[in-house]
Amino acid sequence: MTHTLAPVSGVSTDLDDLARLLTPDGERVSDPQLDRWAADLDRDALRGLYRDMALTRRIDTEGVALQRQGHLGLWAPAQGQEAVQIGTARACRDDDFLFPSYRELGVQVVRGARPADLVLSWRGEQHSTYDPHDLNLATPQIIIGAQSLHAAGYAMGIQRDGTDQVAVAYFGDGATSQGDLNEALVFASSFRSPVVFVCSNNQWAISEPVTVQAKFPIAGRAPGFGIPSLRVDGNDVIACTAAMRWALDHARGGKGPVFIEAVTYRMGPHTTSDDPTRYRSRDEVDAWRRRDPLTRLEAHLRAVDGFDEAFQASVQHDGDRFAAAMREAAITAETRPPLAVLDHVYAEPHTGIDEQRLRFSAYLDGFSDEEAPR
Amino acid sequence: MTELTMGKALTAGLRRAMADDDRVLVMGEDVGALGGVFRITDGLLAEFGAQRVIDTPLAESGIMGTAVGLAFRGYRPVVEIQFDGFVYPAFDQIVCQVAKLHYRTLGRVRMPITIRIPWAGGVGAAEHHSESPEAYFVHTAGLRVVAVSNPQDAYTMLRQAIASDDPVVFFEPKRLYHTKGEVDVDADVADAAPMGVARVVREGTDVTLLAYGAQVLTCLDAATAAEDEGTSIEVIDLRSLSPVDYRTVTASVRKTGRVVVTHEAAREAGVGAELIASITESCFHYLEAPPQRVTGHDIPYPPAKLEKHHLPDLDRILDAVDRVLDRPNSLSEVSS
Repeated sequence: MTHTLAPVSGVSTDLDDLARLLTPDGERVSDPQLDRWAADLDRDALRGLYRDMALTRRIDTEGVALQRQGHLGLWAPAQGQEAVQIGTARACRDDDFLFPSYRELGVQVVRGARPADLVLSWRGEQHSTYDPHDLNLATPQIIIGAQSLHAAGYAMGIQRDGTDQVAVAYFGDGATSQGDLNEALVFASSFRSPVVFVCSNNQWAISEPVTVQAKFPIAGRAPGFGIPSLRVDGNDVIACTAAMRWALDHARGGKGPVFIEAVTYRMGPHTTSDDPTRYRSRDEVDAWRRRDPLTRLEAHLRAVDGFDEAFQASVQHDGDRFAAAMREAAITAETRPPLAVLDHVYAEPHTGIDEQRLRFSAYLDGFSDEEAPR
Repeated sequence: MTELTMGKALTAGLRRAMADDDRVLVMGEDVGALGGVFRITDGLLAEFGAQRVIDTPLAESGIMGTAVGLAFRGYRPVVEIQFDGFVYPAFDQIVCQVAKLHYRTLGRVRMPITIRIPWAGGVGAAEHHSESPEAYFVHTAGLRVVAVSNPQDAYTMLRQAIASDDPVVFFEPKRLYHTKGEVDVDADVADAAPMGVARVVREGTDVTLLAYGAQVLTCLDAATAAEDEGTSIEVIDLRSLSPVDYRTVTASVRKTGRVVVTHEAAREAGVGAELIASITESCFHYLEAPPQRVTGHDIPYPPAKLEKHHLPDLDRILDAVDRVLDRPNSLSEVSS
């Protein structure tokens, strides 16, 4: 080893040097590291992954529509990122615990989120819906990168309990600049904790390109923390599944954390409040459209006689049904009564909040039913 | 009863909590072999092992964020922040996660985390080692905030904080770590006063003095001095800053009609401001004089050689007592 460690050559925007099992044209290719982890993915398994990705996209389309129609306050589109979300989440065991960011709606669906779970938070009815302990899925995190530490801590708990579960942290390229993510890498590495870090590098943190966060490929940072990493084509669901299986096996086997950088693209705006035409070109978006995760898997499935009209209709039907249930849940959502704002601040009685409840309740009682604040 | 320093009482409380519940973990910088820079975790590594006494990397947000993850997993982490002025890197995790997760999840995820902070000044320390950041945490819904002033409370309230299903910010006045007192280590915590209840530590009839942490002792000294001049001061140790026990506070102020609040922390938007606003709302017609604050100045914590001019001492407290009693005082000749 030399005394001076120079960066290995590479740039954060490189799209060629990726682990890949399915080309953008849908051609199944070999990767020496990933092949063994995808060997059992037969046609039916791939159809299942396609179904999940198509459902995620349909949910996303509905979410945007519901926001545009005024039924949701905001929506964070996931279009283009279905492969990394579905591939990695499907590779997990039910008893692994996942810590997603707000954009991992595909992860939520795989873990069993119901239609109402996808809309009630964005509608502003509740900060969260499902019980994290039921789905082994934390409430989607809004503070960038904060959940990576929660995953590292949860994994420390797994070690103390002596089980072979794994904690998974999902985050984006923007989060890699946050202190919390870097601290999580230090903690997980120091304690050899069973954590898989999944970075969905979607090229944009709102308006800032990944080059603002990183000059060197993001996956290249992990080895500096003593953590093995893999840079994978994030629009290739087969490769994402295989990479995650490799990572989970490593972590589950007591060999410590793993870092996956899935190189993908946020096809839509950051949220429905964003206007990406102000900071990126149509050409760039069109180029990424040709790497779409669904069309490339469809091309492959067609080539192996795994994609016909009946399958397509069935996928469409399931998506429409889920979307309709989302719409129903959003439109019929009952806003909780005024006093609910004071619920669950503390787990145990707190005289301060109890006093405020009494006073606000007395204030509300002063209104007749017709004029009560809603 | 056993005579213990506050430091040893805290150690005893931690040891007892860890023995009672194997989900209780201690984590922080230097808490293992060293026993913490104040030796509060002394001996715990040897007794409970490295799985339960965790020397962490030097990253306060990391300590707090991993504590959140451990709480998700059902553990009850007791986090040591090495010094008051080092808590700020953890502020985001405390405010956005520790304090809000129970509310965010509609009560489904609990955060029984105790955040121990060696706290405040008077020990001649370097910059960033003498701060009083309590108001930030009192202002944050979802946290409980307590400050101890004697070995018995240190022992009992630490056990109560660890047993609480809510996150508790637990302030330990550094300058009292070596103060001794009788501690009943066998007492049942269930029989002790709840953590959220204030204590009248000296009864009086003329003026109410409100304090917490080490200032309680300064107030007791002030009350003793005032007694020589025929003034009867009631001293209340608030113990809990979130919630504040306004039942005890209000009863005292309605009795005396005069109130002085003191804390080391700066005055602007401090705990004293909130106390006096609330007292004014509930006791206005009982007040004989405008309530007074005796606090640290609105300055960054000064160098050690100057800290005595920042910390509210006995004489400054008695000066404020003179003001509420409309006696000659330092401001008598200053036009308002």
